[in-house]
Amino acid sequence: MASATEPDEISRRSLLDLLLSGSLLSFAAAVIYPVWRYITPPPVSESATSSVVAAKVSDLARNTGKVFRFGSRPGILIRTAGGEWRALSAVCTHLQCTVQYRPDLEQIWCACHNGHFDLSGKNVSGPPPRPLDQYEVTVKGDDVVVSLKA
Amino acid sequence: MSRSKLDQAPGFVGWLDARLGFSAALDFLRHKPVPHHRSSVWYYFGGVSLFLFSVQVTTGLLLLIYYKPTPDAAFESVRFIMAQVPFGWLIRSLHSWSANLMVLSAFVHMFSVYFMKAYRPPRELTWMTGMGLLGLTLAFGFSGYLLPWNELALFATKVGTDIVGSVPGIGHTLLRYVRGGEDVGGATLTRFFGWHVALLPAVFSGLLGVHLLLVQRLGMSEPLAIKTAPRTIPFFPGFIIRDAILWLGVLGVLLALCTFLPWELGMKADPFAPAPAGIRPEWYFTFLSQSLKYIPSRVLGIEGEIVGITASGLGGLFFLLVPFLDRRAARGQSSPIFTAIGIGVLLYMATMTTLAYVKPY
Amino acid sequence: MRWAATIVLLFACAGMAAAQDKVDSCVTCHSALTDQLGAPVAGMPNDVHSKHGFSCADCHGGDPTIMDLTAMAPETGFRGKPKRRDIPDLCGRCHSDAEFMRRYNPGLPTNQRERYWTSVHGKRLAAGDEKVATCISCHGVHGIISGHQADSPVYRANVPSTCGHCHSDAAYMAEYKIPTTQETQYRTSVHGVLLLEKRDLGAPTCATCHDNHGASPPGTSSIAEVCGQCHVNNATFFIASPHKTAFDRLNLPECVTCHGNHGVQRTSDAMLGVGDGALCGTCHTSDSKGYREATAMRQTIDRLKGDIEHAESQLERAEQLGMEVSDTRYEFRNARALLIQARTGVHHFSATAVDEVAKPGFELAQRTGTVARAALAEAYARRRNLIFPLAIIAVVMILLAIKLRRIERAPPRANE
Repeated sequence: MASATEPDEISRRSLLDLLLSGSLLSFAAAVIYPVWRYITPPPVSESATSSVVAAKVSDLARNTGKVFRFGSRPGILIRTAGGEWRALSAVCTHLQCTVQYRPDLEQIWCACHNGHFDLSGKNVSGPPPRPLDQYEVTVKGDDVVVSLKA
Repeated sequence: MSRSKLDQAPGFVGWLDARLGFSAALDFLRHKPVPHHRSSVWYYFGGVSLFLFSVQVTTGLLLLIYYKPTPDAAFESVRFIMAQVPFGWLIRSLHSWSANLMVLSAFVHMFSVYFMKAYRPPRELTWMTGMGLLGLTLAFGFSGYLLPWNELALFATKVGTDIVGSVPGIGHTLLRYVRGGEDVGGATLTRFFGWHVALLPAVFSGLLGVHLLLVQRLGMSEPLAIKTAPRTIPFFPGFIIRDAILWLGVLGVLLALCTFLPWELGMKADPFAPAPAGIRPEWYFTFLSQSLKYIPSRVLGIEGEIVGITASGLGGLFFLLVPFLDRRAARGQSSPIFTAIGIGVLLYMATMTTLAYVKPY
Repeated sequence: MRWAATIVLLFACAGMAAAQDKVDSCVTCHSALTDQLGAPVAGMPNDVHSKHGFSCADCHGGDPTIMDLTAMAPETGFRGKPKRRDIPDLCGRCHSDAEFMRRYNPGLPTNQRERYWTSVHGKRLAAGDEKVATCISCHGVHGIISGHQADSPVYRANVPSTCGHCHSDAAYMAEYKIPTTQETQYRTSVHGVLLLEKRDLGAPTCATCHDNHGASPPGTSSIAEVCGQCHVNNATFFIASPHKTAFDRLNLPECVTCHGNHGVQRTSDAMLGVGDGALCGTCHTSDSKGYREATAMRQTIDRLKGDIEHAESQLERAEQLGMEVSDTRYEFRNARALLIQARTGVHHFSATAVDEVAKPGFELAQRTGTVARAALAEAYARRRNLIFPLAIIAVVMILLAIKLRRIERAPPRANE
């Protein structure tokens, strides 16, 4: 039986084994490190559960409006003079500028070409050819939640 | 019975071995010969598929920590993983890339086994469990694709599940079961999620266990062309170390893909928006969707879609039952007809897939 | 000879009329005639007046129940073809009578005739010029359809060609010594392209700025008000700016001075400032305050545009590299609007005002740029750092391969 018993043969083998173990350990570390960082809770601990909390009730006084993000497009949230909540698409139906709320007119206005919309989104004057899309508004506690109309 | 090194293993390993008896298994693996010949490179694809599956399980478990399976939160949670979680971008891209590579690897594995006629007796069950695993892999791909709840996924799922609805008779019922309702919506998402993370992994693991057991018990099949006994290498450590080297290489490729070609997220799904132009399913389904485009709307009085589904179903059934159909191979003779059929199917799939990308309309 | 033919036809008419329920000799007889005597009948079935039950006699007089030429006798009140001078009054007989019109179309205005007499057309018609437009020139006469229908000559999109029917005819307009290029210019203008090619019915037509029934050019000192019907902020700023009094004093046509009227094109930043092709230098000499303001305004706008474009390209590059920057992309949507706002602010004609208006734009560009650059840095870092795991993998692969070779080279142990 031939056995590998020469001293330098053994030490070459041990060197290889040593190197191999070392590299395998590094490999394990290179895998564990990112996994460890991943499972550590990040500073912002969770994703926004809904893209549609448009504002807090306390954010808006009566007869004011606010543009918020609704998916990938802007929406406009209005608290009317009478205290009601309205939410509509803020993309003007004429040439897609972002509309704004005009407390002096109690209307929605587009600065680009003087388009006017009433509070239910109907295009009442100027170039816009169609009304603004309406959204559903629900107040949950302190949150004003906007969702697509069913 | 030879005494393995482990008998001399110190304390704890010896203690475990006396109870679990894994040294016997190791002995078996040491002696199990794997043929080493010109075509044996194809033997590795099963292992690569297995490795990629383990990558999927690992990254999938990690994604589960942050993913939320509801329409309101799914997209945002994936975006959160990609943008806010340290290395989240990597885990997510790994999961998506590895899924695609796994499907590719599974197909290569299936076709290489087919062309080597390794399905012939006694390996009929190995082949059939393997086909089951392939089907489950595709189901994993289909269910997982919807989970990020983005635009492309929503419409691809709509189109895909629509096809289910054209099965005659039970089609509509099937569609409702698959979708969890009439339309693709939140119910579909939770249903697909349940399948993807629980049901499919359980069934897959069971089938995989049987498959691997059979492979180990029956050994590797040699191609019919090889007449003389080939050189063999022991499964452990020879074949396994080669496997490990290859798997590390695949991991390296995956890492490079994730870094240079990170997986996109796209736009959030909006069920009210019209379908964007050019939707198509994931590439491994495109040969089916592209074929459907070429079938006329009525064939001999039957609706085109039904013809398409039936044809694919028959094709699948053919492949599933090929060990029993290929009598010549069973007798150890060359069966050029079946080779030709295989080449034909492969060319067909490749052509249709290419056309889906080159000529989508 | 012609009379003989007419008498024959009259008997034919009588015969035909006898076979009809409702007797309308105008239609019966004239439909058998050719050329201009028969043409009026052709359009009448679709005519809005005949649909409401009006007959030829309601405008032309005569008695449609009489089946011969005496239907047109003077006693019947037959007017025949009205003189051009009388057309506004003929139409106005009904259309300016609110009580009457209420029975047919309560929503229709009834002040058209009143406005017409204030127009250039009306005034010239009153002075005896028969070439000018009257009601029938634009609305048609036999076969009038509602202006809301797409084939009406007064449908919004058809207005430029209706006005151009005369106003683009150089020979016809020769004696009036006004240009005849308006329609051609309009068609190439921003408004014309919007109306005629993009079918945006919100775009202004001739009537929007000139009025339709009261068609006249607006006075030079009211041009800003007219343009301001849509371009509110531009007009408001302009009217409050030093240019308003200056232009009015010099009798310069306000907005038109810089932007043109019929052929108004998309504005460009090249118009602002004192360089080549810029407009401010045409009045302001190089030692004037206006010159300095113009130069400063141009610099601000150029800088803002540059900052936004730079931020945009960095953001795009980050997206191409697969980085998740959708929040910033959403915010950056506003950049175009802020740039337009800054350009509108130019109409203050004050460098400080423009700087103020441009501030939000600069801030957005800066925020976006910061986020985009961070994302880019991260993307490049990931690529650089890839070398570490790849190196480890490579080392492990090599060592495993060596180990494998060792194992397979070593002669088998006897007891195996």
